[in-house]
Amino acid sequence: MSQQVPLVEYLVLGDDPHLRAHECTKCGARYFDRRNACASCFADEFRDVDIATSGEVKAFTIVVFAAPGVPTPFVAAMVDCNGTSVRGNIINVEPDAEHVSLGMKVRLATTSLGEDTNGVEAVGFGFEPVPA
Amino acid sequence: MSDDVWILGINMTKFGKHPDLDTVDLAAAAARDAIADAGVSMGDMGILAAGNLMGAGLGIGQALQKQIGQTGIPVYNVSNACATGATALRTAIMAIKAGECDFGLAVGVEKLAGAGLLAGGSRGDTKSEWTPKGRYGAVAPVDGRIGTDTMPGVFAQIGMEYGHKYGGTSFELFARISEKNHAHSTLNPLAAYSKRMTLDEIMNDMMIAYPNTRPMCSANCDGAAAAVVVSGTKLKTLSQEQQRRAVKVAASILTTDPWQESCQILPDVNTLTRNAATQAYEAAGIGPEDLDLVELHDCFATAELVHYDNLMLCEPGGAVDFFESGATWRDGSMPVNVSGGLESKGHPIAATGIANVWEVCHHLRGEAGDRQIENAKVGLAHVIGLGSACGVHILERAA
Ligand SMILES: [Zn+2]
Repeated sequence: MSQQVPLVEYLVLGDDPHLRAHECTKCGARYFDRRNACASCFADEFRDVDIATSGEVKAFTIVVFAAPGVPTPFVAAMVDCNGTSVRGNIINVEPDAEHVSLGMKVRLATTSLGEDTNGVEAVGFGFEPVPA
Repeated sequence: MSDDVWILGINMTKFGKHPDLDTVDLAAAAARDAIADAGVSMGDMGILAAGNLMGAGLGIGQALQKQIGQTGIPVYNVSNACATGATALRTAIMAIKAGECDFGLAVGVEKLAGAGLLAGGSRGDTKSEWTPKGRYGAVAPVDGRIGTDTMPGVFAQIGMEYGHKYGGTSFELFARISEKNHAHSTLNPLAAYSKRMTLDEIMNDMMIAYPNTRPMCSANCDGAAAAVVVSGTKLKTLSQEQQRRAVKVAASILTTDPWQESCQILPDVNTLTRNAATQAYEAAGIGPEDLDLVELHDCFATAELVHYDNLMLCEPGGAVDFFESGATWRDGSMPVNVSGGLESKGHPIAATGIANVWEVCHHLRGEAGDRQIENAKVGLAHVIGLGSACGVHILERAA
């Protein structure tokens, strides 16, 4: 089995891929990146919490013009995962306004970014529509 | 009152392409014309606040002094994304309020013609070895892989989020906001683009980030704007004509984005705008219903909609109905962006926050010609810089 590395540290790979956030132990604010202190309450203790892997599209756009090297079109979205907002692409769907809609139910899915020269595979994530 | 601050002179260059003028030339043109409009001289200025986002760190203020007058006064080079111009203006206003000087000069300038898409760095993939970097420990650039960093895409989602929350939005609705601003621009000789566009033309133009097509995005262009501010006490010693044309700064507010649950995912341009508006109305002692015109930060058509609500021009959640009522057209009850807005007037970033104030002052002075909003007494100018910073100025005509 080849070795894998997540695209970002907050993606947990394995049998049940999911996202993990740093939650402020005082106020419950959640952060996907490293914070020196809580932006909401200034406390500096955090615990790791797992984020729900299904959610609802709260906002999206279909990006046609992007920075050089970024394949387009793609759907960028904000997904509400049981109260925690998550940024991700909507994948495994036609990237048009007929197939993507506000309030759409989605679930986390992983994607391969390919292998490096050491044979290590980088794995990213997105959200795919949940079949009705 | 003696601690009032007034705009004594103000100017914006034509927005558009200025291939023969460099950044300092543009800033100098706006600054010298603002000083002439004020009827004073560079020698009267006690402070200079200047912004140029693309040249941040290069000292636009001092470079400008070399062209218009090196008088040894303090210079503040400011940088606050798209709120840079408003920040420069507020810096000059604060110096007057602090009693440091009687006159201040604020300048914003940008050269952006042909700059293309802003933000979202290029992606150079080298897969020699996946190495975690930065605060997310990312092994590759995330722009395009985990959402988008492009401004059209970010602001598209901001408009869509409003639609998800309150309903009623559509591609066509956002396009019709753009149709209004392009129609308004036909009366503005200083706009970068002043061509009326039909709804069909807007919707069928090049898609940038759904639902924003190209004419629904702010126009990159060159331009500068400058303002001379004066203390109320000093103004009383000036000529009747200067006092008549002076515009009172009834409120000058700057806010940043307070923490919100989703702000790490999608910048929250709403809360800080609402906070700034609340503070501004309180400082000015007026309510939104007292405004005769509003210039708000329509960096994208999707952004204009949410700011109707954020600036409390409508009931909470009522922005769609408010727009549908025709209120924000120039003949409506609350004209918004009669300049043509950033979508057609253009958005030379650091100049925008002073150019919006110029537009409002132009109407309050009764000098707006064909696009004059009749008998305008009070107006509001709003800008947002992502990151975020929000500037709101409320301006009142001299009694
Ligand atoms: Zn906290």
